[in-house]
Amino acid sequence: MKTKNIMIVGVGGQGTLLASKLLGKILIAKGYDVKVSEVHGMSQRGGSVVTYVRYGDKVYSPIIDKGEADIILSFEMLEAARWVEYLAPGGRIITNTRQTNPMPVITGAAVYPENLEGKIKDLGITADCFDALELANEAGSSKAVNLVLLGKLSNYFDFSEEDWMTAIEQSVPPKFLEINKKAFELGKNI
Amino acid sequence: MKSLMLGNEAFARGLYEAGCKFVSSYPGTPSTEITEFAAKYSEIYAEWAPNEKVAMESAFGASLSGNRSFCGMKHVGLNVAADPLFTISYTGVNAGMIIAVADDPGMHSSQNEQDSRHYAIASKLPMLEPADSEEVLEYTKLAYSLSEEYDCPVIMKMCTRIAHSQSPVQTGERQVGPLKPYEKNPQKYIMMPGYAKLKHPVVEQRTAKLTEFAETSSLNRIEEGEDNSIGIITSSTSYQYVKEVCGGKYPVLKLGMVNPLPVKLIKDFAAKVGKVIIVEELDDIIETHCKKIGVECTGKELFGYIGEFSQNMIAEKLGFDSKQFKTIEENIPPRPPVMCAGCPHRGLYYILKKNKVNAIGDIGCYTLGAVAPLSALDTTVCMGASVSGLHGFNKLSPENEKNSVAVIGDSTFMHSGITGLVNIAYNESNSTVIILDNSITGMTGHQQNPTTGYNLKGDPCTKIDLEALCRSVGIKRVRVVDPYNLKECDEALKEELAANEPSVIISRRPCALLKYVKHNGPIEVNEDKCIGCKSCMRIGCPAISMKDGKALIDATLCTGCGVCKQLCPKDAIGC
Repeated sequence: MKTKNIMIVGVGGQGTLLASKLLGKILIAKGYDVKVSEVHGMSQRGGSVVTYVRYGDKVYSPIIDKGEADIILSFEMLEAARWVEYLAPGGRIITNTRQTNPMPVITGAAVYPENLEGKIKDLGITADCFDALELANEAGSSKAVNLVLLGKLSNYFDFSEEDWMTAIEQSVPPKFLEINKKAFELGKNI
Repeated sequence: MKSLMLGNEAFARGLYEAGCKFVSSYPGTPSTEITEFAAKYSEIYAEWAPNEKVAMESAFGASLSGNRSFCGMKHVGLNVAADPLFTISYTGVNAGMIIAVADDPGMHSSQNEQDSRHYAIASKLPMLEPADSEEVLEYTKLAYSLSEEYDCPVIMKMCTRIAHSQSPVQTGERQVGPLKPYEKNPQKYIMMPGYAKLKHPVVEQRTAKLTEFAETSSLNRIEEGEDNSIGIITSSTSYQYVKEVCGGKYPVLKLGMVNPLPVKLIKDFAAKVGKVIIVEELDDIIETHCKKIGVECTGKELFGYIGEFSQNMIAEKLGFDSKQFKTIEENIPPRPPVMCAGCPHRGLYYILKKNKVNAIGDIGCYTLGAVAPLSALDTTVCMGASVSGLHGFNKLSPENEKNSVAVIGDSTFMHSGITGLVNIAYNESNSTVIILDNSITGMTGHQQNPTTGYNLKGDPCTKIDLEALCRSVGIKRVRVVDPYNLKECDEALKEELAANEPSVIISRRPCALLKYVKHNGPIEVNEDKCIGCKSCMRIGCPAISMKDGKALIDATLCTGCGVCKQLCPKDAIGC
């Protein structure tokens, strides 16, 4: 099969690494060749962060380049717009619509662009845009945004509910398991 | 089933399987997790050393005592450890010794983009360069055998994309060889001129033998292609990008050992193909070698010396079709990293800016104080350079003494700030050094250090007393301030700058992200009182923004540190 490319983008501290860890676990259990590439260190301090998840029969490059992503899973609206060029023709964006202002916007040196959802869709891109924070709160924790988004993402894979639940159980502490499972379901059904 | 592992985790697994018993490192992105994962194996003794030179010398000592050893660092860390590196090359080892160095092309988290392969050439040591996690594990085990067979430490060169990418790994069992008893051998281990002169020829003979090894080792392999008009020589991530783009089209010579480089293997490969193209990130190490042995090739002329490569870049240079993508016609504001909400450095930096001091900076989270709106730093060079740099800045320009400080973190101070402070005391410059003590090594992801009272394994241990240490080197004026208390910081700064002798201010409060730190909880802006003067915006806190002319605090980010509260002229915050 042709290598599939999933990009997970967001703001440092939002829990993007858990999402890629979970996805990686399922893909390796399914017998795919997998590469998950992340960046640690400085950019994690509230900066723009990106994780590349690639799987298929044989995966070479650890990164995804412009025009290659089948799906971009975004934790924040501006980040979805930032990485649009990485989407492959016919690719899909799944994004949280919540805004987190970057420092240049906070200081007034730059403006947070308006109606990014409309501008992305105007390009003819298929985009699932919804407030993942609201659903996470409904599940019981604002920190469960990552599981809400993963729930939505799960609709585009052929894996069973059990596959996902096993990976969730292996990736989150037992204390938060129920909240995370609920968040996953809410995201899946939006 | 194979498991998915970060390159750094696979490295630790390789150390474990090869019977490594001693690990000593200093954290540095992207090398840190090798040591953190190694510390999870109870069979391996693992520690954070105060700096890379200490780590390497300790690993050498452990090798001498008969235990397979390891030290890890980032590319600039190898600069610090370069002194032992060059001479351990002469002494050789007893039990096997591996040195990991992780480069950071693209500078994701570094102050320069140096190519560590130069060190392997200069120190005449073998260097292996894996291209995915599976190879990392395999090469680590092989490196110990090479180290013992050729009597030298072996350098494993990592880079961000290998260290921080996960790929499938097949793990094996741990195999521990017998302890190699230490035997006294002055001619081997004492490098004074008489003995060192005898050793240099041995080193040259070793390089010749390693070159022979490189000719036939499975580390370097030729992958045949369909079209011999081009032949590509490459290694590490560049190999992955090449394969991604070309698949099986062109023959590829993949090098897993980048020092010493083979001669005959490259010549034979070149003879079978039309044009030889070298694909390597950063410097032209392989290309220069090829040209030196008379192999015509193209490399840097096509790809350049700067930054990371990618598959699209390689595709374009090799004439493959470019990818189609859509661009959003919108000015997307950048999202640079920032100091976290509740960061204890923020209050102190605000006071530095308010007093318009020159701040000679250092390496750590607090380097982020250089960006707007705090814009509090004047220079950042390398670990420890703040303290020694300030001494030079002040020594012949007494006017600087009254408005200049050094700022350095607790871990960085222990790494190499202390020697600069000794210089200030000894050579008597009237300098003011501020130690930003957040009780952890922050930027690399919370590693313990000699001032925290805990070791790498998380056990309580000797805690270096910073105040006593500074006093003992001869600094009489040592005081501690709370960076959440702006008035206290302001008074301390003014008094120490005015004093006619060197001083140390320790700005002490633990990192806001540490799990044990209890926060007060978010505070709010009283909209009726807020006049929208933006005074609270001057500290660059990511939790504070303006909405409809009033300040707004994001309750999901705010820790309740109260620094903004102290700036409000109308008492509108947290009341």
